[in-house]
Amino acid sequence: MDVLLASTAEAFRLLFSGNPEIWEIVGISFRVSTMAILAAVPPALVIAFTLAYGSFPGRRFLISLFNTFLSVPAVVIGLTLFIILSRQGPMGDFKLLFTQTAMGLGQFLLCLPILVCMAHVSLQAADRAAWETARTLGANRLRAFFTVLYEIRFGLMAALLAGYGRIISEVGASMMLGGNIAHYTRNIPTAIALETSKGAFAEGIALGIVLLFLAFLLNSLLQYVQGKGSINP
Amino acid sequence: MFRTAFLMVVSLLIMSQASADESLLKLATTTSTANSGLMDFLLPKFTEETGIEVHLIAVGTGKALRLGREGDVDIVLVHARAAEDAFVDAGYGVGRADIMYNDFIIVGPETDPAGTAKSNTVAEVLQRIHASEKPFISRGDDSGTHKRELILWQSASKSPDGSWYREVGQGMGKTLQIANEIDGYTMTDRGTWLAYESKLDIQLLFEGDPPLFNPYGIIAVNPERHPDVNYPGAIKLIKWMTSPAAQKMIGEFKIKGQQLFVPSAGNAS
Repeated sequence: MDVLLASTAEAFRLLFSGNPEIWEIVGISFRVSTMAILAAVPPALVIAFTLAYGSFPGRRFLISLFNTFLSVPAVVIGLTLFIILSRQGPMGDFKLLFTQTAMGLGQFLLCLPILVCMAHVSLQAADRAAWETARTLGANRLRAFFTVLYEIRFGLMAALLAGYGRIISEVGASMMLGGNIAHYTRNIPTAIALETSKGAFAEGIALGIVLLFLAFLLNSLLQYVQGKGSINP
Repeated sequence: MFRTAFLMVVSLLIMSQASADESLLKLATTTSTANSGLMDFLLPKFTEETGIEVHLIAVGTGKALRLGREGDVDIVLVHARAAEDAFVDAGYGVGRADIMYNDFIIVGPETDPAGTAKSNTVAEVLQRIHASEKPFISRGDDSGTHKRELILWQSASKSPDGSWYREVGQGMGKTLQIANEIDGYTMTDRGTWLAYESKLDIQLLFEGDPPLFNPYGIIAVNPERHPDVNYPGAIKLIKWMTSPAAQKMIGEFKIKGQQLFVPSAGNAS
């Protein structure tokens, strides 16, 4: 118990003494995860839309496939990409292993199924009339697409937060693909793993607090948005 | 099709991509050098003198050598002499040089139920643990430390098997924590021990026998196998690490007032 209390007290001291290394790690986490989710949103929306509104052979199979990917372990994504990106792998010429881009790719693949599945569910629950009304009123397909997206904006927001929550806290793929290089690919989760292995529990807890605080902010944001979207007047 | 989709995602994700030129060197090393803080102590000086930035990737010796073999890093700094020689003999690496050594120690419960502290050699320590069948925690992760432990069992003419011998497949710090929780023995490098000592109840029981010395070697990845590795940078780092100035810094590096590494460049290799 003493260890926990002492480590937590030291953690707060580290955080609020403006320790630049901790804040640099936080910055890398945010930058990589934000870029990854921004890159994943457009393809995810197109896929979800195709799955919900399209009718083609293999549609149900694709839906099951994306649902299955929801539970793929991050280390499996990490290992697969590691093999692909390694110099000896098919994409080795790009020299992407142990870069922020490699980490971003891993996180992109991790959040894509979450975005697709949650957007798809929102689209299924939404009234198909929105699409048809927009089309009859003369909107082209692209306009109608955005009209529908606006209708399901709360569901999409939840998908975004769930996806972000997964990748900002993910350690397995980031460790394998980024290599936990100081000042470059060391993000919050890999730094926690490193500090713990060094026996520096205070630093680990300090970073854990940052992550928890971030999760709390994300959840508060979600509640706020959902509150505004309440069906009660 | 796959390649195009891959390129589209990559172009969206490209972030401050460090240029793959001679000013960047990827070094795979073991957790013992990275976690002790030695590399953070040495490398800024190297970067200052040569302008070469070093990206440090800390993994086990087995993984580090594999990264070197595949050409995913430019240079490796590891501790597993037999595996290093095999790496060079197979043509994966060139220019191997001795850098330094540190030592392993045997730690275990304060009560020392196997009576190891009375031993004169590390072989005797292992024989006593084997005879007593008290828990021994092995890294079990193909790291340099794990490889060394297996060699020591061999030279003690004992095969570690039975329920008292537990392979955990984790890093040194975790292994120490596990040994502490179940009152077991384990072998650790001194650096990790110094970092953990104050948080553990287990004690240092045996040290100083020459078979416990642990030499580190640095090896450049063979540019003939991987033409695009930063070979000039790797050679510069080898020259620098073996220079009198860097060797002196290695000897001066201390944790809690204790010297961790003994410089050894220039010894016949």
